[in-house]
Amino acid sequence: MAEIDTAWLTAVDRIVAAHADQPGALLPILHAVQKELGFIPPEVVGRIAEGLNLSRADVHGVISFYHYFRTHRPGKHVVQLCRAEACQAWQGQATEAHAKQCLGVDYHGTTADGDFTLEAVYCLGNCAAGPSAMIDDKLYGRVTPERLEQLLAQHRRQS
Amino acid sequence: MSVRVHVSRDAAALALGAEETAAALLRAAAAAGESIELVRTGSRGMVWLEPLVEVTVGNERIGYGPVQAHEVEALVREGLLKGGAHPKRLGVVDKLPYLASQQRLTFSRVGLIDPLDVDQYQQHEGYAGLTRALSLSGADIVKQVTDSGLRGRGGAAFPTGIKWKTVLDQQAEQKYIVCNADEGDSGTFSDRMLMEGDPFCLIEGMTIAGLAVGATQGYIYLRVEYPHAEIALRAAIATARQRGMLGRNVLGSGRSFELDVRMGAGAYICGEETSLLESLEGKRAEVRFRPPLPAIKGLFGRPTVINNVITFASLPIILARGAEFYRDYGMGRSRGTLPFQLAGNIRHGGLVERAFGLTLRELLYDYGGGSASGRPIRAVQVGGPLGAYVPESQFDTPLDYEAFTGIGALVGHGGIVAFDDTVDMARMARYAMEFCAAESCGKCTPCRIGSTRGVEVIDRIIAGQQREANLALLTDLCDTMQYGSLCGLGGMTPFPVVSAMKHFPEDFSRKG
Ligand SMILES: Cc1cc2nc3c(=O)[nH]c(=O)nc-3n(C[C@H](O)[C@H](O)[C@H](O)COP(=O)(O)O)c2cc1C
Ligand code: SF4
Ligand code: FES
Repeated sequence: MAEIDTAWLTAVDRIVAAHADQPGALLPILHAVQKELGFIPPEVVGRIAEGLNLSRADVHGVISFYHYFRTHRPGKHVVQLCRAEACQAWQGQATEAHAKQCLGVDYHGTTADGDFTLEAVYCLGNCAAGPSAMIDDKLYGRVTPERLEQLLAQHRRQS
Repeated sequence: MSVRVHVSRDAAALALGAEETAAALLRAAAAAGESIELVRTGSRGMVWLEPLVEVTVGNERIGYGPVQAHEVEALVREGLLKGGAHPKRLGVVDKLPYLASQQRLTFSRVGLIDPLDVDQYQQHEGYAGLTRALSLSGADIVKQVTDSGLRGRGGAAFPTGIKWKTVLDQQAEQKYIVCNADEGDSGTFSDRMLMEGDPFCLIEGMTIAGLAVGATQGYIYLRVEYPHAEIALRAAIATARQRGMLGRNVLGSGRSFELDVRMGAGAYICGEETSLLESLEGKRAEVRFRPPLPAIKGLFGRPTVINNVITFASLPIILARGAEFYRDYGMGRSRGTLPFQLAGNIRHGGLVERAFGLTLRELLYDYGGGSASGRPIRAVQVGGPLGAYVPESQFDTPLDYEAFTGIGALVGHGGIVAFDDTVDMARMARYAMEFCAAESCGKCTPCRIGSTRGVEVIDRIIAGQQREANLALLTDLCDTMQYGSLCGLGGMTPFPVVSAMKHFPEDFSRKG
């Protein structure tokens, strides 16, 4: 654990140094940390705060405000399902229900094998070809329950 | 001679397999000993035809679609590269009625050109608007914008010229131009399509704004759900800098304008302009009290123009062709065009840019082709999650800001989400409250607490508990939210709820 912490802190110091001179640097820094570490470990919050001359509570307050930032390590793949109106209007609920059943988790949950984290998202801008899903950084349209199952199987093989 | 083939790189096309189709085309052409030049474009906006393959024959582009990767080899064998006959052949793409009947001013290049090729952009009227703006004073640019009748396309429809005039009139060392690219409304994707399909148009529009009001720094606040748009914008900004269209000496004028992209983090409220500014400053994105207006004290306390992507993207053509040209489109006080977006349970979903004034029915049936399920369209939500549900009896309302306000609805950012007769409107009303509760910034009680109460009350109505009393309670609650909230999230969530109750009362009195 101690070793990992050191690696985290080194990464965070580098990221903070690279961004600190831009105005409003906190969000870009949090994005960069999450991109590199997969999440924002609570252990690094103090270090970010120090780097920007903020209080730990300030940084924590920002992280908790935004749905996108996570403070726990996610599964190997993050599956985001669109819950918004246009996808609901076209088969989205069936896909949502099926995803929860296949993975055995609810939103924000990670499967026991650590392969998948399921997240809800409100519109992916793919509303003319719903239901929409994003798995890691890749967007998928017309994700019916059957198609979702194929995609999950495909990603399970990869991991 | 090699054959030029176009395949979209738009996120919606990729979501339907365009990348695989493009790769299969290269393989199949090589195998057939044919040489092709593959151009990746934005999307034409006919999403049900994606992946769409367009083959250049003479001066025309012949479309085939939708074409999945596994169909490519056979298509090439059967003469796709010569524009040959095939059940998937659509004909000349520009002549398809869906496109030919549109009035594409803002989207004139999207789907046609390589979005990252600034030379193609210039060959298609790109930078003509900025060139003209450079010959005008700031006040004259603002006057052009005012005279064009352009109103903000982000939802509130505030006259853009008036907002700019306020910023122009401020004395300040630093002013900012901020683009609202948070596009959080369900059923909308025009900002995304424009940023991916014609990013230089947005860059040019923001630069014009900078010249007009005397601002030298711009930010694009982009939602994190749009990774493809981020890539396109960053690449286009780098090219524009390299080619002297951004930076210290814009088009050799000696004027300066810089531009950066900042990513949001999955909060719908960041689309509200003051929340967005807080977020850009690196804070919790709580909505600000007004006054002061952002035009007077905006980003980092400086005078700031904040506009939607489509608002900025409408400026190059307004400057290039003149205010009157643009103002001649539209009806009443809704001037120009709006890129409408057809979504949800609709056969021909996609983007339709038309002058204001056509009816909802024309969009749903002439363009949309009715529901995808083949069942009757029962309800349509216009203008995103804060927009009203419109019943069939109001489908003949013209799309015009005032006409929609007149029926208690809104045009908003032009998203149109169709539902067929299997929809349960009590459940959609519940969802509206649930969404508001999930996305509330927490600053005011009617929104934060009211939305959670709203979910509970609707649950009781659905369960058949003391229906009369709970319906009255819900009406009161909506009233409190509408008149007691600081911003539109709490203030407009009542629109979908009240319209659902009003137009579809039977869904609130079903036997449990
Ligand atoms: C809850 C809420 C969400 C909003 N979301 C967006 C959005 O995603 N994109 C946008 O351009 N405007 C959005 N707006 C409107 C903005 O507050 C603001 O009016 C707009 O950015 C001004 O630009 P315009 O005049 O060009 O439309 C939202 C407003 C509210 C109240
Ligand atoms: S209405 Fe809701 S989102 Fe708007 S300021 Fe109040 S609590 Fe925040
Ligand atoms: S509503 Fe699901 S992608 Fe827009």
